[in-house]
Amino acid sequence: MILDLERFVAAEQPHWQELQLLLTRLEGNGSGRLSMEEIRRLHYLYERTAADLGKLATFASEPVLRAFLEALVARAYGEIHGTPHQIRRFSPWRWLIEVLPQTFRRHAWAFGLAVAVTLVGACFGALAIGLDPGAKGVIMPFPHLLGDPRERVAREESAQGQDRHLAGAHTSFSATLMTHNTRVSIATLALGVTWGIGTIILLFYNGVILGAVIADYVLAHQARFLAGWLLPHGAIEIPAILIAGQAGFMLGAALLGLGRRTPLTQRLREITPDLVTLMAGAALLLVWAGIVEAFLSQYHEPRLPYALKISFGLFELVALTLYLGAAGRGRAREEPGAETPGSLSDRRDPDVPSAAPAPLP
Amino acid sequence: MNPAGLSLRTAEGITFTLPLAGPGTRFLAWSVDAIAAGALTVMIGGAINLLTVVLPGLAEALAVLVFFLIQTGYGIAAEWWWRGQTPGKRLFGLRVMDAEGLRLQFGQIVMRNLLRPVDALPLFYLVGGVACAITRHAQRLGDLAANTVVVRTVRQPQPDYEPIATGRFNSLRAHPHLAARLRQRTSPSEAIAALQALLRRDTLEPGARVDLFADLGAHFRDLVPFPPEAVEGLTDEAYLRAVTDILFRARTEHDPPPSPERMHWPHVSPSRPPSL
Repeated sequence: MILDLERFVAAEQPHWQELQLLLTRLEGNGSGRLSMEEIRRLHYLYERTAADLGKLATFASEPVLRAFLEALVARAYGEIHGTPHQIRRFSPWRWLIEVLPQTFRRHAWAFGLAVAVTLVGACFGALAIGLDPGAKGVIMPFPHLLGDPRERVAREESAQGQDRHLAGAHTSFSATLMTHNTRVSIATLALGVTWGIGTIILLFYNGVILGAVIADYVLAHQARFLAGWLLPHGAIEIPAILIAGQAGFMLGAALLGLGRRTPLTQRLREITPDLVTLMAGAALLLVWAGIVEAFLSQYHEPRLPYALKISFGLFELVALTLYLGAAGRGRAREEPGAETPGSLSDRRDPDVPSAAPAPLP
Repeated sequence: MNPAGLSLRTAEGITFTLPLAGPGTRFLAWSVDAIAAGALTVMIGGAINLLTVVLPGLAEALAVLVFFLIQTGYGIAAEWWWRGQTPGKRLFGLRVMDAEGLRLQFGQIVMRNLLRPVDALPLFYLVGGVACAITRHAQRLGDLAANTVVVRTVRQPQPDYEPIATGRFNSLRAHPHLAARLRQRTSPSEAIAALQALLRRDTLEPGARVDLFADLGAHFRDLVPFPPEAVEGLTDEAYLRAVTDILFRARTEHDPPPSPERMHWPHVSPSRPPSL
């Protein structure tokens, strides 16, 4: 247990100080690029300090010096082992035309589940309105949907109604819609942490409202108005919420780990970059939907023909389907678990065990 | 209340521990951040108010967007820019780290911040606080999903061994066989107690200091009794200093001073040539 502490410290101290200096440089905001020689030196100093720590644990038990060395080794460890596997620069264009659609397709099952849950909710909502029109007061959260659809359509189509919307508040209405919808999509993702149950509830509830509104207007023979009103922004907004639901289900599935043998932390580590990619995609779509909803959706006939609005919405839907279904297809790295260079966050190679040591019990 | 540390083992077989932050400190850091984000909103809101005169519609839209961006993006931006720290975390000496000691990735920062709404349920981070209190590594749900921990960044000062590097004549060294026995019989914990008592002696109250060194002195005197001429005139503190000198310093006064250029492996003797 005996170590000549004074001599040990005197001999090793210069190395510890050199390591500290190197680490401080590296930890400064990204400016600390090292040359090959310096990297070798960093590695040498790290191993030497780690060896000192090991020696201290075996020979003498000196808590203060030990704590000092542990802190130093921990810092160096993060720098040496945690350097991102991908050092390619993030390219927004590549991300848009390759990474996002590829990520979406890789987890298409979760999107399918989100669609299914929403559809079930929509059927439930439609049935509720169809069987009991009195349920409207319970289901609809928005006051402007509570009245008779025919009255609303008549009001909105009158010149006065359109001018009410024209009161110069488009921009702020648009911003409100974007932020509100993005909050909902974040909640849809975040509730995935309840093993996906929260995501199911949120998507189901969204579906109920959607189904109820559609049934209400269709039963009142106002389907054309409804399509013209909902499609231009809904064709983007609803898929965006579904993508957030997809992300929520991926999170839930990773937590449950059904049929997988990889440990929980590994499963979460694998999907984190994909979740961030999908959420960023959903946020982008919601920005577009917010603009369309504020500037286009609220104008009705006679100012804007419904046929135009409906075709615009259908065009958006087709374009989105083509984009998510086909963009970036045939390019490398589409298979599951593959590297996605340039994804929003860097992915680590799951096949390198040395880079991911298990925490001790 | 602080949770236990997170122990990690490197590929080289070296174990180190990251000290984890408890829910209390984290809540305080969050409060500071909430105030900072609020102040930021008010400042930018004031600037936007000036715009209201010219473009009222745009100003209102900007206000809504800025509020949302600060609310959602504050944590992400700060933790990315300062590598796992927000102003509040800086103030309280906390840092977000990867749960395996690796470098924090952007995706992890986004994930732990996007899951904030769930942790904040139903009020004042109750869910997150409970999760933090019951999980092994004090993680809120966002930390669990993003595979991160919040550690305390106590900057460890390098210890100073000046108090024990006396260089004085050590009368106990005149009895090498007893000194060797002392080393053999002393357990690591006894050695730490002696060393720490010496290193921290100036922080003790005078009465406590006398008592402590009397206890430790009596203990070591019992462990290996030295002949009276070796301990004559030594106070308890001087006696303990002599003991620590034997325990922690192998060299004798005649050895050359330590050189930083050479690695010293005390107690590993050079291999002897085989005796004939």
